[in-house]
Amino acid sequence: MCPRNTVAARGNLVNMWNYLQGRGEFLGFLTYQHASLAFQTVLVGTIVAVLIAIAVHRLPLFSALTLTTSRVALTIPSLALLALLIVPFGLGVVPSFIMLAFFAAMPVIGNAIVGLRSVPDSVIESARGIGLPRRRILFSVSLPMAWPVILTGIRVSTQMVVGVAAIVAYVLGPGLGSLIFNGLSRLGGTNSVEMALTGTVLIVVIALVFDGLLVLLGRLTIAKGLS
Amino acid sequence: MTDEKTGSAADTVAGERTVTGASIRLDGVVKQYRGQTKPAVQKLDLDIEAGHIVAFVGPSGCGKTTTLKMINRLIEPTEGRIFIGDRDVTGEDPDKLRQSIGYVIQSGGLFPHWSVAKNIGAIPRVLGWNAQRIAERTEYLLDLVGLDAATFEDRLPKDMSGGQQQRVGVARALAADPPVLLMDEPFGAVDPITRGRLQDKLIAIQHELGKTIVIVTHDFEEATKLGDKVLILSEGGHIEQYATPEEILAKPATPFVEEFVGSGATLAHLTLSRVKDVEHDPVVTARIGEPSDEVIGRARAQGVTWIVVVDGDGRAQAWPSLDEVATKDRVSDYVDPRLPVVAPSSTLNDALDSMLAASQGGVLVTDSRGAVTGALTIATVMAVIRGQLSDARAGDGHVTYTAHTEGTTP
Repeated sequence: MCPRNTVAARGNLVNMWNYLQGRGEFLGFLTYQHASLAFQTVLVGTIVAVLIAIAVHRLPLFSALTLTTSRVALTIPSLALLALLIVPFGLGVVPSFIMLAFFAAMPVIGNAIVGLRSVPDSVIESARGIGLPRRRILFSVSLPMAWPVILTGIRVSTQMVVGVAAIVAYVLGPGLGSLIFNGLSRLGGTNSVEMALTGTVLIVVIALVFDGLLVLLGRLTIAKGLS
Repeated sequence: MTDEKTGSAADTVAGERTVTGASIRLDGVVKQYRGQTKPAVQKLDLDIEAGHIVAFVGPSGCGKTTTLKMINRLIEPTEGRIFIGDRDVTGEDPDKLRQSIGYVIQSGGLFPHWSVAKNIGAIPRVLGWNAQRIAERTEYLLDLVGLDAATFEDRLPKDMSGGQQQRVGVARALAADPPVLLMDEPFGAVDPITRGRLQDKLIAIQHELGKTIVIVTHDFEEATKLGDKVLILSEGGHIEQYATPEEILAKPATPFVEEFVGSGATLAHLTLSRVKDVEHDPVVTARIGEPSDEVIGRARAQGVTWIVVVDGDGRAQAWPSLDEVATKDRVSDYVDPRLPVVAPSSTLNDALDSMLAASQGGVLVTDSRGAVTGALTIATVMAVIRGQLSDARAGDGHVTYTAHTEGTTP
């Protein structure tokens, strides 16, 4: 409405365009790095989480303990954990990776335990009763039946990790976080706002793309009889 | 694992039945749970003949399910030995053992994420059968339990009725052709009419295959209908009586049995009389599309007021009265979904149930393939009840008040 604002907005857009101009390759690389970090940490976190869930799901007490622990662990500030990890591992990729994998595992542990425990006893009993070996029951009955719930956990964890991954820039970790922190620390300087904004938008884009891919994965892998 | 050679298979012949089952022997079997003073099952000795159906029945907590599950070692016996055929199974690998014993639980216990075919093929796949053999076996078994293979093969459990799921559960249990079939309250979750049909199907399957079947139920009626012998247990797996249903009703061994089976009640005997044991009225059948005049003429000649419309295989579709038939030129293809039908192996109790459920004074009797062979009217059932009542009066003059009123009130 106010012409001056419109001009300013247009000015911002022009500035943004100027910033993006020629930095395509650099931004593409950071985005790739960020996405790759999130993907790998969620993958490792999920595998560890599912293994833990498999180990404890048949023991009610351990299940409850693990479930509570995983929820409490999520309240640890990521920055604090990162700072602690610098002591043994120094700066860079290693502490970043461990911190993110840790946070990625937490929502999946809970869902995997709940999912595995919600497989009806009657189904397990009939599986044992007809002579399916224990390992086979786990892989061809329990896990497929728990998979929709586990996948929901993976979606939650992916969203979280893609966001939290920005923080690893503090310990010189990889990804789009560097854009945001550089931008914010030089606030008022040339391109500072544009940098932070670009980083944030790209992170949101990564999160949306991953979520879409996970929904697709669900469509392809969740057994029809379970929906 | 085709276990046809196991134990006393094929050499024990019960009547004219084919026997592919194996005998089961429990020898001093005890189950003591940790932290409980009384054992769940105390020193149980039991012989189950090859090719027989034995029903375990008793109040809840009597150890009937525990005993059943000890046979396939879902529950490990604390003491004692269990033989199937002549092999002692107490030391066998439990998975291998269970692969050679069929197991069916309430509502089938199907894997919800697998199709019917995949459910049935579960154990054959573990045993390493090739796809061709599994497919043939699946088709045979679905046919055996009375489901059309082409229609149901790819169906998911959630898209089937409880009765259909139960049939698939039986098919899955029979997949590897085990000599023994264990069933834990298999028909507990279906409505009475469906239950009656499933029981008839089980009897038919048993006659065809001659497996040894052990079935746990809390329903004495079901036990008498299915069991060649009935095992009545009281708390702690104590055997109150192990005998044929007729013997139990005629001579209850203990007061516990007497009370449990309600042996005074006349209607209890209806579970012993089968549809095949009583006379049927002939029916006049007509094919869909036959000229109505001809059909009515045929019916009048026989002196009946209604006819049964059958399909190409002789299966009943509807039973219109002659007036209804007369309203159209040709016999219509209307299918009556509430048509009461019983098998020859059904008890008179089932027949009465079907009549009441359909609000009809009769039921149609079909053979094992579903073709109509006759009709059973409520008058016939009443005649049986009257006969039994006068037998009881003549026998010892001791007719309880309940029996009297149940038997004679119109």
